[in-house]
Amino acid sequence: MGATLVRFASVSSQKGSTLCPEPLVQTSNTSLQSLNLLPEINMFPLDPSFSYNQDLQFHLLGRHLLFDELPFPIEQIHSHYLHGYLLYEKGIATSKNHLSCQRCGNDDPSLFASFACFRCKEDSCVYCRKCIMMGRVSQCTPLIRWTGPVPNVALTSHSFLEWEGTLSELQKQASKQMCGVVGKPKELLVWAVCGAGKTEILFEAIDRALQQGLRVCLASPRTDVITELSPRFERAFPKAGVVSLYGGHSELAAPSPLVLSTTHQLFRFEEAFDVIIVDEVDAFPYSFDPTLQFAVKKAATDQATRIYLSATPSKKMKRRVHTKQLEVIHISRRFHGYPLPVPEFKWCGNWSKLLKKGRIPPIIHKWIDNKLTSGVQSFLFVPTIDDLTTIHSILKEYPGIDSVHASDLDRIEKIRRFRKGEIRMLLTTTILERGVTVPGIDVGVIGADHEVFSSNALVQIAGRVGRSIGDPYGEVVYFHYGKTTAMVSAKREIKSHNQRAGFGTSR
Amino acid sequence: MNCLSCHEEQRLKLGWGDLFGRNDPLSVCSECSSMLERVNGEICRMCGRSFSIFPEQYRQGDLCFDCVEWGDVGNSITKNRSLYQYNPFLQEIMARYKYRGDAELVKLFEHDLRVLFKKEFKRTLLVPVPLSNERQYERGFNQAELIAKLIGKPFYKALERPVHEEKQSKKSKQERLQHAAIFTLNDEFRETITGADVTIVDDLYTTGATIQAAGKILLDHGARTVSSITVARG
Ligand SMILES: [Zn+2]
Ligand SMILES: [Zn+2]
Ligand SMILES: [Zn+2]
Repeated sequence: MGATLVRFASVSSQKGSTLCPEPLVQTSNTSLQSLNLLPEINMFPLDPSFSYNQDLQFHLLGRHLLFDELPFPIEQIHSHYLHGYLLYEKGIATSKNHLSCQRCGNDDPSLFASFACFRCKEDSCVYCRKCIMMGRVSQCTPLIRWTGPVPNVALTSHSFLEWEGTLSELQKQASKQMCGVVGKPKELLVWAVCGAGKTEILFEAIDRALQQGLRVCLASPRTDVITELSPRFERAFPKAGVVSLYGGHSELAAPSPLVLSTTHQLFRFEEAFDVIIVDEVDAFPYSFDPTLQFAVKKAATDQATRIYLSATPSKKMKRRVHTKQLEVIHISRRFHGYPLPVPEFKWCGNWSKLLKKGRIPPIIHKWIDNKLTSGVQSFLFVPTIDDLTTIHSILKEYPGIDSVHASDLDRIEKIRRFRKGEIRMLLTTTILERGVTVPGIDVGVIGADHEVFSSNALVQIAGRVGRSIGDPYGEVVYFHYGKTTAMVSAKREIKSHNQRAGFGTSR
Repeated sequence: MNCLSCHEEQRLKLGWGDLFGRNDPLSVCSECSSMLERVNGEICRMCGRSFSIFPEQYRQGDLCFDCVEWGDVGNSITKNRSLYQYNPFLQEIMARYKYRGDAELVKLFEHDLRVLFKKEFKRTLLVPVPLSNERQYERGFNQAELIAKLIGKPFYKALERPVHEEKQSKKSKQERLQHAAIFTLNDEFRETITGADVTIVDDLYTTGATIQAAGKILLDHGARTVSSITVARG
C-alpha cells in the first residue's frame, strides 16, 4: 500500500506524449505537475501481447480506485497503463467555475475545500469533502480503472441457492416476474407492503442471474439493513462468496458476483454490476441525496437490470408507474396473510398549544394510560425533538416510558431494552418509522397533522404494527388537530393494498 | 451554508458575517459547537490541564504531578495552553482532520484559537511542530502548520524532523523523558530564533514529550523562552 506518487510529467516517447508518474521519471529536466494541470490524459490501445497481472485485474475490475487502494508496485501499475490495460482519470473534474468529484459525483461548491498540498505542491489543491471518509480525492489524485479484458465467467447450470424456505403463492408470482427481467436492460419496481417478506422474493432471481454469470449488487441506504441481510444471504448462497460492504467494513476483498453494499460504498465501483437491486429506494438519504443516485448509476452497467424495492415509493416513481414507464410488481399481502392494520383518526384538539403549556391532550393521555395498564407495548411518534422532550418530562413519573431520537447516543441500547420488554412505551421522532420491527405493538402518532408526517411516513409508521404471525393485528391511531391530505392519502393507500390483497373494503 | 463538521444545513443561524454579505466559512452548528469542551476554570500553570477533570491528589499547588516530574528533568516549556478537552467528539474530528485529510475542518478552531493566542501568546514567534517528509506526503499537509496559519500571524518552519519518528507509545516514559533528538533546527531560521520568545504550535498535547523535545532544540539554539499552544489537551 501507500504507493507514493502524485505529480506527473508529460514525457514524449515513440507512442506520443505519455504521462509518467513522479517516482518513475528518469531525467531531471522534465517539469512535474499536478494531474489537474495536465491536458487530456491519453489512452493507449490494448496491447494483446502484454502479459497482464490477473491479481491486478481482479482488484480493479469494475472499480474506481485510488493508488493507495491498490497493493501493487507503481512500476507494475504504470506499465499496465502504458499497454492499455488501465486508465488514470482526474479525481476532480475542473472546468470554468465548476468542480465535480469523479468518484461520488458531488458538485455542490460548499462541499469542496482546498489546502496547500504537499503532494502536488499547489497552493490550492481542491478536494471533495463529501466522500472523504473513503480516502481523499483531490485535484492531484488519479482515479484508476481497468480498461483491459474482462474474464469470462463460466455459465453454470447448477444453482447457487441453498435455501430451505418456501414462498407464498403471491411471493412465487412476484419471484417469477422478477426472474423474467433479470439479464434484460429493464427497470422494475417491487412495491411490497411493510412485512411482505421481500428478501425471500429476491433469492430466485439472484440465483438466475448468478447462473448466467451476471454480477449482482443489493444496495441499501442503511447500514443496519446490510448487516441484517448479510448472514441471511451467506446462508442462502454459501458458494457465491457473498461480500458485504458498509461503513467500517469496506475491505475490498476478492471480487464476488454477489455484493451487498450500502449506497455510500458504491462510490468505489464503476460499471461493475449487471443487476442492481436498491432496497428502500424512497428512504432517506437515498431519496434526498442525488450523489447516492449517481453512485447507483455509476456502479451499474449501461445495460443493467435495475430493481427497486419499496413499501412507499415516491410520488415521482408512482407517476412513472401510472404512465407505464416503470414496470411494477405489487405484493400487497403480508407474508402471514393478514391485512394491514388501517389507521384510525382521532381529533385531539390543539395539541401544539397544549404541549407548550406543559399539557398532553386528554384523549392522548387516556390512550397512554390505557396502553400502560393493558400491558401492550407501543411506539408513540411525536413531530419534533422539542415535543419529545416536553412529553417525556410530563410523563417522567410513569415507569416504563423512554424516548429516543436521531442523535441519541443510547439509541441502540434503548431499542434493545424495548425489544426485551423493559421499556413499555417508546416516545420517538420519525427515526423509528422504518427498520425496527417488534412483534405485538400498538402505535400512536401525536400531531399527525404536522408537516414531518408525510403520507409515506404515516404508511411506514402504520407498518410497524401486526408484524408477527402470532399477533397479526394491532392498533394505529393518528391523533390530530385537523385532517391533512397526507393522513387521508396514507389511509387510502393502506386500504387499497388490502383491497388488492383481496380483503374487501370493510373498515 | 452547511455545518463544517456534521454537514447539517443551518437555516436558523444568522451571524454578523451574513449581514455583511461575507461568506463566513466558520459556520458550525450549535450542536457541534456545544460538543467541543473548552478548557476553562482552574488549570495547571504549566501544562494547561484542567484541574476539574483531574483527581485532587495528583495536584501540587498550581502544578499537576506530570509537570512536577518534568521540572525534575529540566523543563524546556514555560507554559502550554490548549483550547479543548480531547473528548470523544474532538477525537473524531481530529481523526477526520489528520487521518482522512479533511483539511477544512481546521477552521472549526479559528475563532477560539485567535482569542487564546491574543490572550496568552501575543508578540511571540510561531513555530509549528514539523512532520517527517514521509508522513507529510501521506497526509498531503502538516496539521500543525495549518493550525499555525489559522492564527493569522507569520510562522516559521524553524524545526525539521529528519527521520520517520518511532511510535511514541513503544517507548517507556523514561525514554521519552530523555528528550530523544527527534527534531533538528532548520539553519535558515537560526537568527530568527536567537533571543526570541517562541510559541510552538501543535494539534495535541498529551504527555508533552513531543513539545518538550521541540522546545529543547529551540532553547539550545538561543531562543529566550518557549511556550506552546495546542487545539486539544489529551
Ligand atoms: Zn467525492
Ligand atoms: Zn494536491
Ligand atoms: Zn501540568
